[in-house]
Amino acid sequence: MADPENAMGATTLRYAFGNVLSFFILLLIGVLAFSIRLFSVIKYESVIHEFDPYFNYRVTQFLTKNGIYDFWNWFDDRTWYPLGRVIGGTVYPGLTLTAGTLWWILNSLNVPLSVETVCVFTAPIFSAFASWATYLLTKEVKGAGAGLTAAALLAMVPSYISRSVAGSYDNEAVAIFALIFTFYLYIKTLNTGSLFYATLNALAYFYMVCSWGGYTFIINLIPMHVLLCIVTGRYSSRLYIAYAPFVVLGTLLAALVPVVGFNAVMTSEHFASFLVFIIIHVVAFVYYIKGILSPKMFKVAVMLVISVGLAVCCAVMAILIALVASSPTKGWSGRSLSLLDPTYASKYIPIIASVSEHQPPTWPSYFMDINVLAFLVPAGIIACFLPLSDASSFVVLYIVTSVYFSGVMVRLMLVLAPAACIMSGIALSEAFHVFTRSIKFQLPGLLGSSQVDSGDASSSTVVAQNDAGKVEKTEDTAKERPSKKNKKKEKEIVDKPSLKTKIEKRLLVLPLEASIFAILLLVLLGAFYVVHCVWAAAEAYSAPSIVLTSHSPDGGLHVFDDFREAYAWLSHNTEVDDKVASWWDYGYQTTAMANRTVIVDNNTWNNTHIATVGTAMSSPEKAAWEIFNSLDVKYVLVVFGGLVGYPSDDINKFLWMVRIGGGVFPHIKEPDYLRDGHYRIDSQATPTMLNCLMYKLSYYRFVETDGKGFDRVRRTEIGKKHFKLTHFEEVFTTHHWMVRIYKLKPPKNRIRGKAKKLKSKTSTTTSTKRSGANKRNPWH
Amino acid sequence: MEALLGARLTLALSIFAFLSLLTTSFSQQIQILNAERRIDLTSHIVKVFLTLKVENTGTAPANEVLLAFPPTQVDHLAVVKAKAATGRRKKRTYITLDVKPTELPDAPNGAKYFIISLLNPLNSGETATLEVLYMLTHSLEPFPAEISQSEPQLVYYHDSAIILSPYLIKQQTTFIKTPTSKVESFTRVEPTNRVSTELKYGPYEDRTPYSFSPIIVHFENNNPFAVVEELVREVEISHWGNLQITEHYKLVHAGARHKGVFSRVEYQSRPSHSGISSFKHLLARLPPRVHSVYYRDEIGNISSSHLRTDYRKSELEIEPRYPLFGGWKATFVIGYGLPLQDFLFESSDGKRYLNFSFGCPLAETVVDKLTIKVVLPEGSKDPSIVVPFPVEQHLETKYSYLDVVGRTVLVLEKKNVVPEHNSPFQVYYTFNQMFVLAEPLMLVSAFFFFFVACVAYLHIDLSIHKPSQHFAKF
Repeated sequence: MADPENAMGATTLRYAFGNVLSFFILLLIGVLAFSIRLFSVIKYESVIHEFDPYFNYRVTQFLTKNGIYDFWNWFDDRTWYPLGRVIGGTVYPGLTLTAGTLWWILNSLNVPLSVETVCVFTAPIFSAFASWATYLLTKEVKGAGAGLTAAALLAMVPSYISRSVAGSYDNEAVAIFALIFTFYLYIKTLNTGSLFYATLNALAYFYMVCSWGGYTFIINLIPMHVLLCIVTGRYSSRLYIAYAPFVVLGTLLAALVPVVGFNAVMTSEHFASFLVFIIIHVVAFVYYIKGILSPKMFKVAVMLVISVGLAVCCAVMAILIALVASSPTKGWSGRSLSLLDPTYASKYIPIIASVSEHQPPTWPSYFMDINVLAFLVPAGIIACFLPLSDASSFVVLYIVTSVYFSGVMVRLMLVLAPAACIMSGIALSEAFHVFTRSIKFQLPGLLGSSQVDSGDASSSTVVAQNDAGKVEKTEDTAKERPSKKNKKKEKEIVDKPSLKTKIEKRLLVLPLEASIFAILLLVLLGAFYVVHCVWAAAEAYSAPSIVLTSHSPDGGLHVFDDFREAYAWLSHNTEVDDKVASWWDYGYQTTAMANRTVIVDNNTWNNTHIATVGTAMSSPEKAAWEIFNSLDVKYVLVVFGGLVGYPSDDINKFLWMVRIGGGVFPHIKEPDYLRDGHYRIDSQATPTMLNCLMYKLSYYRFVETDGKGFDRVRRTEIGKKHFKLTHFEEVFTTHHWMVRIYKLKPPKNRIRGKAKKLKSKTSTTTSTKRSGANKRNPWH
Repeated sequence: MEALLGARLTLALSIFAFLSLLTTSFSQQIQILNAERRIDLTSHIVKVFLTLKVENTGTAPANEVLLAFPPTQVDHLAVVKAKAATGRRKKRTYITLDVKPTELPDAPNGAKYFIISLLNPLNSGETATLEVLYMLTHSLEPFPAEISQSEPQLVYYHDSAIILSPYLIKQQTTFIKTPTSKVESFTRVEPTNRVSTELKYGPYEDRTPYSFSPIIVHFENNNPFAVVEELVREVEISHWGNLQITEHYKLVHAGARHKGVFSRVEYQSRPSHSGISSFKHLLARLPPRVHSVYYRDEIGNISSSHLRTDYRKSELEIEPRYPLFGGWKATFVIGYGLPLQDFLFESSDGKRYLNFSFGCPLAETVVDKLTIKVVLPEGSKDPSIVVPFPVEQHLETKYSYLDVVGRTVLVLEKKNVVPEHNSPFQVYYTFNQMFVLAEPLMLVSAFFFFFVACVAYLHIDLSIHKPSQHFAKF
């Protein structure tokens, strides 16, 4: 043992084993992350989920069929009729390009997987990558142990599972990986000061910009951290290398993405990074000057520069503020504004507020989505302060900001999840470290033998002996090649605590029984987390939402496949160029599954257009027919859950149609649809409500099913039971009545005698209303 | 309608006045003593059973008997089969005869012929009994062509009361069987007689060759008019023991077009009155020991299907996503695996052959265009094919899992296929068993080189700066 050569051999072997073990643990974590997301495929089928994924799938299909150049120039005329949409310039292409590339590689290897299969499994694959990226990030912050724990936690955190189950082919699926990986590269650059990693960081940021609008989180968080470091006097050349190339390269690359373009330098979301960019240069310059001047001269110089600099700064700031203030939204996009001011959307933009995932979360949803991590995070924050490094201050900042954002929008819980996992990983790993060390320290004394656990004991002493030599070696590792450096970095991290243990272990030893008990409790906590995650993955988040199932009392499974029934019917039994109007929720699915032109879809870029459809739905039949007819609509699709009790149907969304429609066309007034402030469809409902198109299309001949017209969602009998449609005819209703499709009747031939009568009639009764509607309707 | 009938009659009569002048020595050698025709109109595939008692009145022995069809029928003719009956009543046995389409130079008015080759030449004065079966598709014309949901489907059937034949027929009778007793109208060619679901035309005596008397039967037929416009069956042979079949269907309801409203409440509450001509499920008869069956379309799995298997057959009951009314279409895919040893055999000359069923597994459907693709394993050679009826064929190459040279694909195409075509066909090819191992070996070697590359990378130090002496040891 005293022989240094021999001891060195033993430790190397131990590290080798450690590395192999970590490798296999990581591999298993990847497998876990992938397989826990397959519940949806096993319980349901390999199918694309929900709404947005269908759009992404359609874009991917186009990409694989027509190639990348057509993709950039794609003008989609099957949506937003008659405006169309430039897909190539308005879509974040990261996900599509990723899946398209995967498909292309597989197909060039003659593995005939369909585009759909590749799309379905993209999200699980990238969650495995994300957990590996978490490992790397946490390892940079607090060592490999914390890294593995954090990776394992992330692999199954319910919040992330909800967005990345197989089939949930959405931007977030790859964006979370890109987010964590960008942060890792930033920390890595910060720890090493290597320009190589700084460049990689910019590339990872580019991928993030390609993938998700959430990239603004990165471009604000990193400057914040840089500012924090400068303010707390942690400025170093490493910080400069980590930040300056990132901003320059990152902004240039971001501007390459068509959907971002000049926004990368023009919108307020990015200004923080430029401001900090200036500040860091000033600070660097000051440090440089400080280095070459004597302290006295330096003071003089500071005085000079500050007086001149302040004047210039004030001028620049004034111009900047004037520029920004001149734009109506102060240069911020609606979604970003609603982040800063949570009440903004509900006041001004009903379209953003109408989306359930833009609502603030409730407390149970925190417990549902991050579970025990919520309790571990504070411990992790404390652990990050012992000692505070550049890296750990970054993760603290990350968790603090993401907690705020998640509190504003439930959707951003997704950004919180990795931070919570990292913090909890650190907390768990530190806790285990303390407890096992206490046990290890006391066990030999307890058994009266120093041979127990000799491997660990001996190596730790050996490490302690060699510490003096190693610490100086670790310093020159900074100049070495990255791959070698990884290994040594690890050693350094493992070594440092062991050095500390030598000094502090007398002080920080806990009683043996308490340690064992605490470890048991921690394991129990972990087990609870695992059980919860598996439950969430299997039960809560795996439903594809286009197929619904219910269990009959005798254990049988009943499948409600009405959406696809309707889409299949549309795609096979209507003309290719027919236009289908529906509320925007179903736009993406209609274009992707039925291949029919829609008026509005889930990309809610044109408020007026959506308001037109909302107005039509909330108007009486004739006015609605005119609006739809002016839009060339041939079929109207409504979703109705009243027969089987499907709660998220159009009647429940109807108030939003009224609000959005009324926001643009003031003759639609929300109070007209409410009886004493209550939304109801029973006999107490207002006549406006009972005569609007949505009510009629939903409940047409509904009373004939049970004789009473009992709506199982609203749990009431409907108000108006027997009525006829004059301008629409039912052409298809699905098996469970969940989707009803109506056709616009062709305009009637005018009969000479009658036409006159009709004209005089309408002019007396509804002329004011109709002319008002016509004037405001943009399609007249 | 009367006007239409009248026009047709005058046309036909004028044709046959002209035709009767044409006589050929060839056809006058034979006369038909007795002909009985039973036309089955119960489904949308028209089945006609024709029993002919043929006598050779000529001097030379006759080898062949001709069947004549009007040109409008020939396009819809899916199958013509003939059998010769031998023996007395009790011990009657049937021998299948060869039937071929043929062209005659002096065919009157575009009549098309099929030639039945007799096994033994029919000597002068001898008689023989022939049983002919032929099937017509798309021969029931919906009238009215568009119906609403509550109406039943009425169709026209056009034919001739007198069998079209190049020979003199001494006595003939035609029976037409309708699915129900609801017959709107029918042409009378006396003596004509109707008893519940059966119409009887005849007996007619001594009709000259090419006599023709058009009739129209207008009756109710609510049977599913299930027509597969296009069916592509891909049969992929894997020598690892599996036969994978994928069938792409393009289904259409070829009956009277649905018009106007589709009301679900009526369809669900009054199934006997509403949409009776529509259909919502189909039965596919699959081979026994079928496994991993799936039924889906381009937007995912279709959950409404049931599979029943026993040791003799498997039945897959499928429901399209929505009930099919007239003119409505649906597409879907059925796929299944079968054990290879049930279908792949080795012939005596060392070749392997696949013995598989032609045709469409769906019961009672017409396939307008059937394409069968037999994907042979990679590395198989000399493909050849034996099919009991004429098909178009060509070769393709397909690349599947990790293929390098590609797999040979035999493509067979046939139009107008009815369930009668579900007879086995054989594909012969030679295959070296070693090719089975090619792909696993490829994978093994790829991983091997990957690991070698990893090991090599870890052992090569590419850094320019030499690390300090102490660490160089490790």
